[in-house]
Amino acid sequence: MRRYLVRQAVQLVVVIFGISVLAFSILHVIGDPVTLLLPQNAGKEEYARYKHLMGLDQPIWVQYWKFASRAVQGDFGRSWYGNAPAFRLVVDRMPPTIYLTLAGLGVALLIALPLGILAALKRHSFVDTLCTLLAVAGQAMPIFWLGIMLIIIFAVRLRLLPASGYGTWQNFVMPAFCLGAFLAPITMRLVRSGIIEVMNMEFIKTARAKGVAERVVVVKHAFRNACIPVVTVLGLQFGQLLGGAFITETVFAWPGVATLTVDSIRNQDFPVVQCAVVLLALIIVIVNAFVDVLVGMIDPRIRAGA
Amino acid sequence: MAIRPGATVTAVGLEAAAAPDASGAEWRRLGRLRWGLAGGVLFLALVMSALLAPVISPHDPLTVDIRHRMVPPAWMDGGTREHILGTDQIGRDLLSRVIWGGRVSLLVGISAVLLSATIGVLFGLAAGYFSGRVDWSIMTLINVMLTFPFVLLALAVIAVLGPSVPNMITVLGVTGWPIYARIIRAETLALREREFVIAARALGTSHVRIVFRQILPNLVSPIVVVATLQIAQVIILESFLSFLGLGVQPPTAAWGNMLGEGRVYMLNSWWIAAFPGLAIFVTTLVINVMGNGLRDWLDPHMKQ
Repeated sequence: MRRYLVRQAVQLVVVIFGISVLAFSILHVIGDPVTLLLPQNAGKEEYARYKHLMGLDQPIWVQYWKFASRAVQGDFGRSWYGNAPAFRLVVDRMPPTIYLTLAGLGVALLIALPLGILAALKRHSFVDTLCTLLAVAGQAMPIFWLGIMLIIIFAVRLRLLPASGYGTWQNFVMPAFCLGAFLAPITMRLVRSGIIEVMNMEFIKTARAKGVAERVVVVKHAFRNACIPVVTVLGLQFGQLLGGAFITETVFAWPGVATLTVDSIRNQDFPVVQCAVVLLALIIVIVNAFVDVLVGMIDPRIRAGA
Repeated sequence: MAIRPGATVTAVGLEAAAAPDASGAEWRRLGRLRWGLAGGVLFLALVMSALLAPVISPHDPLTVDIRHRMVPPAWMDGGTREHILGTDQIGRDLLSRVIWGGRVSLLVGISAVLLSATIGVLFGLAAGYFSGRVDWSIMTLINVMLTFPFVLLALAVIAVLGPSVPNMITVLGVTGWPIYARIIRAETLALREREFVIAARALGTSHVRIVFRQILPNLVSPIVVVATLQIAQVIILESFLSFLGLGVQPPTAAWGNMLGEGRVYMLNSWWIAAFPGLAIFVTTLVINVMGNGLRDWLDPHMKQ
């Protein structure tokens, strides 16, 4: 177990280093902060002066070191617009994003678990076919369009739910459903194939042979074991989930990190963009690592292999 | 424990149960192939409509007609046969704009996929064939890139580069390669140990020749399948960027920016946002169905 944890930790550090390099190079290698910050009619002298002022005439690795050593302390510079620390701005917007993500995950599981199990137990039945159709349609659905259609139907036409906003449970309904619909198809497929695989195993036959009730076989024996791949892949899908939350937020004007990031991109407020990118990626990496360790603890086979 | 006798009994039982199921599976496979074929035909139709947009679209997609703003679709009260899907906020014909919008989406989708497939296949081949340090570096890079939500990475780069069609193709192409690399690496690792590769090595064939002449031809099926399915993903992403105003810029008709503009008017004129979105949905659906069919056809052993 200890070796496993050490290996995980090393991998974590490498990936975090990679993220910092990527986030740094998006602004400093692909783009040029000075041209982005100065007005277009600025002369060459001004350009050079600013470049020196911002320390951008130093070698690139010196610049990276400065960026990284500050970032570790949570200092991503000040917003070019709000004049507040970028880190503060992003962290303040974090809770709505996290709540939305959790709500979306909940909805996805609520849809995917029963349908997936049912489809697996009654293979090639009507339910199974229906699930496949739903999954295929769901995977092709652009969620930003789904969100707008939901708004047109439930907010504009039926006036049942608020079109946007944040604070009451009504505000959660459409965004959470939208995000849930995004994640449900893949989760459903995973649950289905997980259960099918487990149901063919020897210990299920043993349980049945012992005369255990079918319901207990499914819930206690099959489902628990099918959870391992589902949890692993859901953990790996966490990035996708956050990406989906990102899209959902922009449709419903949800006051989370995504809306902040998109606004900052429109304002060319790069410290905030950089900070948001790094923090979101960090959350994803940590969740992934946590899931890996969790699965390793549940299933000793994974710990030993890989 | 008396596992042995029990095991034989179950094995026999299994075989008996599996026999009818096998032919059933074969039928289902054929059924899915038919679906895939239908998807392929529809996809061709979409490509044709995009190519022939200047010929088949009833109006110019950019002609403004403020006398006929926000005309509803033909089947609704106040709709005219002149504008089957209605008009947008400045009187442009929606059907024509949807047809022209397909050009942008398919162009970006297909070009970006070609770019990312090329990069991904090269990296995947290198990682799988040479293993060791090359493999470690590439896998680390893949892990880092896969950590980022695709959306976030593309957005951040577009923000710095500025929105335009070539930039979008570049960004979506360059950020999309890890998925190919991961699959190709795994396949290459397996192929590397096969007899024909070892034989080629023994004959003194160069690494480059082995990789491109012996290994790559065996990987065409998975590449085609993944690339097809990725076109749909890229189209959704492109539309999302355009929807945010960070992709294809107005007045050029693209499904994403039409949807983004239309959402402002959804209180009174739902059709402006509905039809471009429907076009995205139908296109990605058709591509996914075609991709699944291709997978069944090219790679019947590949698990769903």
